[in-house]
Amino acid sequence: MAKSALLKSSLAKKYWMALTGLFLCLFLVGHLIGNLQLLSSSENAALHFNQYALFMTTNPAIKLLSYLTYISILFHAIDGIVLTVRNKKARPVNYVMNNPSKNTIWASRNMAVLGTVILIFIVTHMVTFWGKMHFDKAMPLQTMTISAGGMPQEFYLTTDGGYVPKGQVDQGAMVIKNRTEFFDAGANVKVKEGYKDLYKITVAFFKDAKFGLIYTILYAISMIVLGFHLYHGFGSAFQSLGANNPKYNGLIKNFGKGFAIIVPLLFAIIPIYIHFFIK
Amino acid sequence: MASNKNININLKIWRQKDAKSKGKIETYKLDNVSTDSSFLEMLDQLNEQLINSRQEPVAFDHDCREGICGMCSLYINGRAHGPDTKITTCQLHMRMFKDNDTIYVEPWRSKAFPVIKDLVVDRSAFERIQQAGGFVSVNTSGRTIDANATPVPKHDADRAFEAAACIGCGACVASCKNGSAMLFVGAKVSQYALLPQGKVEAADRVLNMVRQMDEEGFGNCTNTGACEVECPKGISLENIARMNREYLFASVK
Repeated sequence: MAKSALLKSSLAKKYWMALTGLFLCLFLVGHLIGNLQLLSSSENAALHFNQYALFMTTNPAIKLLSYLTYISILFHAIDGIVLTVRNKKARPVNYVMNNPSKNTIWASRNMAVLGTVILIFIVTHMVTFWGKMHFDKAMPLQTMTISAGGMPQEFYLTTDGGYVPKGQVDQGAMVIKNRTEFFDAGANVKVKEGYKDLYKITVAFFKDAKFGLIYTILYAISMIVLGFHLYHGFGSAFQSLGANNPKYNGLIKNFGKGFAIIVPLLFAIIPIYIHFFIK
Repeated sequence: MASNKNININLKIWRQKDAKSKGKIETYKLDNVSTDSSFLEMLDQLNEQLINSRQEPVAFDHDCREGICGMCSLYINGRAHGPDTKITTCQLHMRMFKDNDTIYVEPWRSKAFPVIKDLVVDRSAFERIQQAGGFVSVNTSGRTIDANATPVPKHDADRAFEAAACIGCGACVASCKNGSAMLFVGAKVSQYALLPQGKVEAADRVLNMVRQMDEEGFGNCTNTGACEVECPKGISLENIARMNREYLFASVK
């Protein structure tokens, strides 16, 4: 009894929806803090961001968290679809005249639609950045141009804080293997490791001459959608888990509203900044 | 507050011969409706008009007509119990409407509340949920303990009383976009769970009542809060949260 009650019942679906949703809220905060580095105007901004990207894709603890995040997104979406289908079935005949705006807010009635838009955003977002970072063989490595005696020379930056002159690779003295590893061509041993230039990919995406503005606008719209989803979802998760106490309800509600406005707003500022202000 | 004003209205009412027939909206014109009459009295007036012209009167549920029995239902102009809050349809007065208004009257819409005829729906799903656990097993052998011998904190007693104010009308299900019965079940679970007499069977009660609720085909709560707004007795969403808590703890026990 108790076992199936925690998996199959209507309330169990609410618990899982709430738990995965709240976990994804935490993910948003982590992801946002990382992304905000893109606003840095320091001359090492690109290096710092790429170092961060390397850490986020290789650290075992982060990997575990990222798998949890993928599972949460999938579960949240599937659970949401199952609930929406069941809820539609619970009212086979609709009202001819309905006036739901009198008793509910718009966001709360449209969580499934908002969620679908967010899911489409996540998929395209992952193809654009996550997919490139993980699977793209043509992912560029970070380089830096240094002028030595009036002669500008390009270098690959490496994870040990050093560099590999681009000339060495071009002339065949060094070979790039496994996308990031510099091998000595003669001895065939790994010498250094480069950084995947996610910074460059990101800036190029939002500054694209043809589509950059459209991408920026679509990103901002997606963040507005996310804001509405969170506006209802954050407080709703607490209610679903039974955390309703007049003493704290105001706090949860206001924190949720603040979260729903601030987090998507900060996310949206990043591509807008890149598109309009990065040279 | 007698206004002594009469209005003429256009009614668009759901007519359905029986559970198996397909229904549709019919339009009726009703003149000289006193703004002092209740919504149900207005329907009585319509039915007199229909009977006098040898038409089938509109079937609708009603009983006490003083807002405590939970029999009257009706989805009026897109809202359960019409355009006012914390009232049942018998407490809705025609002064809420204006001359020449068009008023839509529909039955509760829920898979678990099938239409029997016109505006009457079968709400026995609520009774089956209640039978699944909405009671306290009391020994009635004649050696019962005086209720006042069991101390109950005032705060708990008040919350239990507020939950017990639910009249089971079904407005929560009707106004919920998901056709969810969780406000009803939440209230019924709470009114017992809050009291020492009900705590004994609390875990079984919530598991059984939620199971029955799911079996009846009610939808799932998405916390839109429509039920709380439309509930004639002002049952709070707190009760749904309490049911969620009770169920969670009962499930892992």
